[in-house]
Amino acid sequence: MVHEWALAEAVLYSLLDVTKKYSDHKIKEVVIEVGELQGIDLEVLKFALKELAKSLGLEDVLFRVEVTEAEFRCRSCGFTWKLSDVRKKLDEATREAIHFVPDIVHTFIQCPRCGSPDYEIVRGRGVCLKSILLEKSST
Amino acid sequence: MPEVDTPREVKYLDPRVAIIRHRVEHVGNVVAIASGKGGVGKTTLATLSALVLSKRGLRVGLLDLDFNCPACHIVLGAQDAKPREEYGLVPPKVYGVEFMSIAMFVGDKEVPMRGVDIVNAMIEILAITRWSKLDLLLIDLPPGTSDEVLEVARLLKHKLKTILVTTPSRLSIAGVRKLWEVLKKLNVPTLGLVINMVRNINEIKAVEEEVRKWGIENVATLPYDSELENAIGSPDKLLNTEVAREIRRFWDKVLEVMMAPQQRTPG
Repeated sequence: MVHEWALAEAVLYSLLDVTKKYSDHKIKEVVIEVGELQGIDLEVLKFALKELAKSLGLEDVLFRVEVTEAEFRCRSCGFTWKLSDVRKKLDEATREAIHFVPDIVHTFIQCPRCGSPDYEIVRGRGVCLKSILLEKSST
Repeated sequence: MPEVDTPREVKYLDPRVAIIRHRVEHVGNVVAIASGKGGVGKTTLATLSALVLSKRGLRVGLLDLDFNCPACHIVLGAQDAKPREEYGLVPPKVYGVEFMSIAMFVGDKEVPMRGVDIVNAMIEILAITRWSKLDLLLIDLPPGTSDEVLEVARLLKHKLKTILVTTPSRLSIAGVRKLWEVLKKLNVPTLGLVINMVRNINEIKAVEEEVRKWGIENVATLPYDSELENAIGSPDKLLNTEVAREIRRFWDKVLEVMMAPQQRTPG
C-alpha cells in the first residue's frame, strides 16, 4: 500500500477541487490515465480509490483506469522502442526505483541502438485525469 | 429524480499537482537555498543549516532537488538512508533531520534528465513524500533560474521563501542578481543572502553595499575554511566548524524575520 495510495489520494484531492469549482454539479465518472512507466498495481490503485472515495463522500463516482504503454524515442539516432522491449533487463530493485520516480529511467535504460541516455519519453509516464464527467445536481 | 442537465467534462488534469500543497500543509516554512552560479556552497549551507537548526530543537526537513548532481547525502554521510513505504514515502531521519533525495533511488549513478523529465520527477517526489509536522523544510536547489527554480516556485509558491548564496566573485554576484530578479517577479520572498568562502573581509564591502541596494537586509559572510572538506560526511565534525557557528548566527536573524507575523517581499 505505497505509491498507489499516494496517487489515489492525489486523484481524490483533485476531484474535491473540481467539486468546489463546479459546486452545482456532482462527479459521475472519472477516467484516469496511468503511464506504464509508473509501474502501478492496478488492483491496489482501484482499492485505494474506492476506500478514499468513501471517506470523502465520493463513493458514487465510477472510476475507470487506463494504462498507456511506455514508448521512447532517441534524440541522438531517432530509434523508437517500448518499455516492454527492455523490461527484462531491469532487476527488481531498479524496477522499484523507477516505480517511485519514473523519470529516473534515464539512469537505467539507454537507447537500444546507439546507447544514448538522451531520449524522449513519448508516452506512458505520469498520471492524468483524462476526463471527469460531471452531472448537474438536483436543485 | 434529479434534474439532469447536459453533462460537463473536465479534461487532462495532473492530479499529483493538487496533492502537493496537502503534503506540506503541516510544514511551517519552506526555504529554498539558491544561487545563480554553481560551486558557491549551496549544498553545504542547506545541509549544515538543517543540522544546526535540528540541533537547536526545531523540526527540520531537507529535500535535495538538485537532480543532476545531488550531494546532500554525501555531506550528511547518509548514502544508505532509504525512505519507508507507508501510503507514499516517509523520509528517513538523519541526525534528527527528515531527509529526501533522488540519490535514494539512483545511488551514485548519473541522472541525465532534461527539463520535462526534471519537472515530472519533481512533481512525483513532492506528491508522494509524506513529511511530518515540521517547523522548516529546507530545499537544496541547483544553480540558475531554470526548471527546478521555476517549478518549485510554481508548486510551493504559497509557502516558499529563499536564501541566496554567492561567493565574493563578481561572476557569482552577477548570477545571483539575475536569480533575485526572477524571484522578485515570481513574488518569492528572499530572507537573506550569504556571501560564502570569504578569505578577506575587505573584499566583500562592495558586495554587501550592492546587495543591500536590492533590499536584502540579512546579509551574512561565511569564511573560507580549508578544513571543511575533511568534515564532509560527518555531521558531528561539521557542527564543530567555524562555518557552522556563523550559520547558526545567520539563522538567529533569519528566524526572527521568518517568524514575524508579516513577511515582507523583497524590492
